[in-house]
Amino acid sequence: MLTLDHITLRLGAFAIQSDRITIDQGICGVLGPSGAGKSTLLSLIAGFTRPDGGKILWNDKDITVLPPDKRPVGMVFQDNNLFPHLSVYRNLALALTHSTLLSQEQNRLIDKTLERVGLSGLYKRKPGELSGGQQSRAALARVLLQNRPIMALDEPFAALGPALKNEMLDLVADLATERGTLVLMVTHDPNDSLRIAPKTILVAENKIHLPVDTASLLENPPKALGQYLGARSYGQTPK
Amino acid sequence: MAHRVVAMKAVPIIAGGFVVCLVLFPLITVWMWAETGASLGAADWSAIRFTIWQAFLSALLSCVAAIPVARALARQRFIGRSAIIVLLSAPFILPVIVAVMGILAVFGQNGLINSVLSVIGVAPVSIYGLSGILIAHVFFNMPLVTRMILQGWLAIPAERLRLADSLGLKGWARFRVLEWPMMQQILPSAFGVVFVICLSSFAVALTLGGGPRATTLELAIYQAFRFDFDLGKAAVLALLQFGLVGVAALFTVWISSKDPFAQGLDRPIVHVTTGRFIRGIDTCVIVVAIAFLGIPMLTIFVKGLLGIISLPFSIWQAAGRSILIAAGSTLLCLGFALALARRWGEVLGSAGIAVSPLVLGAGLFLMIRPFANPFDWALIVTMILNAMLSLPFVLRILRPQAESIRTDYHRLAATMGLGPWAWVRWIYVPRLRRPIGFAAGLTAALSMGDLGVIVLFGTSDHATLPLKLYQLMGAYRMDQAAAAATVLLGLSLLSFWIFDYWGRRGAHA
Repeated sequence: MLTLDHITLRLGAFAIQSDRITIDQGICGVLGPSGAGKSTLLSLIAGFTRPDGGKILWNDKDITVLPPDKRPVGMVFQDNNLFPHLSVYRNLALALTHSTLLSQEQNRLIDKTLERVGLSGLYKRKPGELSGGQQSRAALARVLLQNRPIMALDEPFAALGPALKNEMLDLVADLATERGTLVLMVTHDPNDSLRIAPKTILVAENKIHLPVDTASLLENPPKALGQYLGARSYGQTPK
Repeated sequence: MAHRVVAMKAVPIIAGGFVVCLVLFPLITVWMWAETGASLGAADWSAIRFTIWQAFLSALLSCVAAIPVARALARQRFIGRSAIIVLLSAPFILPVIVAVMGILAVFGQNGLINSVLSVIGVAPVSIYGLSGILIAHVFFNMPLVTRMILQGWLAIPAERLRLADSLGLKGWARFRVLEWPMMQQILPSAFGVVFVICLSSFAVALTLGGGPRATTLELAIYQAFRFDFDLGKAAVLALLQFGLVGVAALFTVWISSKDPFAQGLDRPIVHVTTGRFIRGIDTCVIVVAIAFLGIPMLTIFVKGLLGIISLPFSIWQAAGRSILIAAGSTLLCLGFALALARRWGEVLGSAGIAVSPLVLGAGLFLMIRPFANPFDWALIVTMILNAMLSLPFVLRILRPQAESIRTDYHRLAATMGLGPWAWVRWIYVPRLRRPIGFAAGLTAALSMGDLGVIVLFGTSDHATLPLKLYQLMGAYRMDQAAAAATVLLGLSLLSFWIFDYWGRRGAHA
């Protein structure tokens, strides 16, 4: 259970704050107008940004001041998820160890993970030699190997076509269920949330809102979200 | 994990502190000596005047000569054009002493030109003095200015060129709209860069100048040191030199924005169809430029090639020392540069450029003297100072990419918990491999051919190859000198090529 306890952050003209929010295991979408602070929310949780006030707790343990690699968070960024000069194998190996040689067990783990994300046999490739979808899979494999209970996704599939994107979303959903991971997924497409995230956090008007049921949020969006979404409607009840 | 964060931040700070100390302590030492020092005589004032005057003329001539060459290269397409542009960057890594020998072989007492003149019955022209210094400075700096102007052409947006074409701008109108504004940007900074370089010219003045009428400040420092052993006077001159170069360098930095080390200048620049007349002129200009740059080098190479086998063992020993110094200073320079490849680091690292190597050398000499015989330390001091001299160039080459690596990957590295060593080993160095190779090549070649501090410190017991070469020239053993020059030229080019090749081979897209 991830808790944001009265977070405040001010970066120049930008400001954001929250009440006490708890997020349970499962997938939670993060929606909101651009510039509202969706990525900042992930940054706070992953440890790249420290809040001015308030606390971040994981299972009631304070993680507010821990560095990124000591947090229970594995992160998939919008881009630069893999080091382009290293092979897929080396990229994944770095998630386990910094030495050149890996133990048999570590090698087996990498094999198994590659197989799980559907990249078996591609371990020698450089990221540039993979397709966009394969790169996303490799990034997911990296996070899986880091084996953290929280997975933070910052619009990771924005560059993919619709079919490929849905495929990746379903993969994320499967992995989350298998491992009991808490997934926080920033997206600018409400359909992504609808597809895999039962709950969604709205970030709008300088505020991180409580997670609410995704379908009803989209059916009945508050004003700020409504303006962002425009005159389209989502879910099963078109007007 | 606090210790790791500390380590990450401490390394650049330690490196920066080291660089600052290496510049500051010698300077302070020189300053302290200067206070007890002698007053300046007429000869010293004339050295100051001459230093400024020759630097001014060198900069002016280099710019004037570069303009037609750059224009010809910018507007003509022909086979071998990119080879010529490569040739233009060659003087940078050419040992000064080798170039001087080449220039002597063409313009000197028994050189090509005087041979031709004597055939038609004209008295031989002497190259020693101002004219020789100017020829050498133009030889080194005209190509640099040409590259800067070519870069200026490249910086003109393609839209503006197309607009000029669609408006049918030709001749004077085209010059006024396109070329003149660009020149206004480039030329002042090019002039400034060459002026600063020529202010601290030592090896050229040492070999081609001298005497009361052609002594630069650097040369005067050397003479006060080596011949008169008047340390107080040397220190006063060193401070003057520092002030002069410092002011000129600050002024140049202030007016300049262009990077003379930019790559990729060989892509086509301006699409103009020129008439036969213009094409003829351009061809002449290019041929003259190639001859001016190429013939001296070729002459030395051909003259020296045969003599190599009969070179005495002491020359090969000197070559070995030069290789060691080059390797050491390359390693040292890269170490500093990798740690300092950030904005404040570049500012720090470039501070050394205002301080002439001879001033630093003089300071280190004075610092070492109370504890040991400075002459025993000649090679180490040369190694360290050569590293410092290349540092500004190397930082300039490495910094842009080093910074983009940090912005692109520091988050990924942070979530993966890469420590400083893992970061350097797996990410930083592999991703910087291409510029590291190029920068290391430059440093190695510069260090290999350096004839500066070593002249101050060097004895024949531990002479480097350039110093040996200088001694051979002084003894008029021209055949051996030519052979040694060929060896030195080969070593410089080879060391550049090896590093650059290493960088290219493993470069990642």
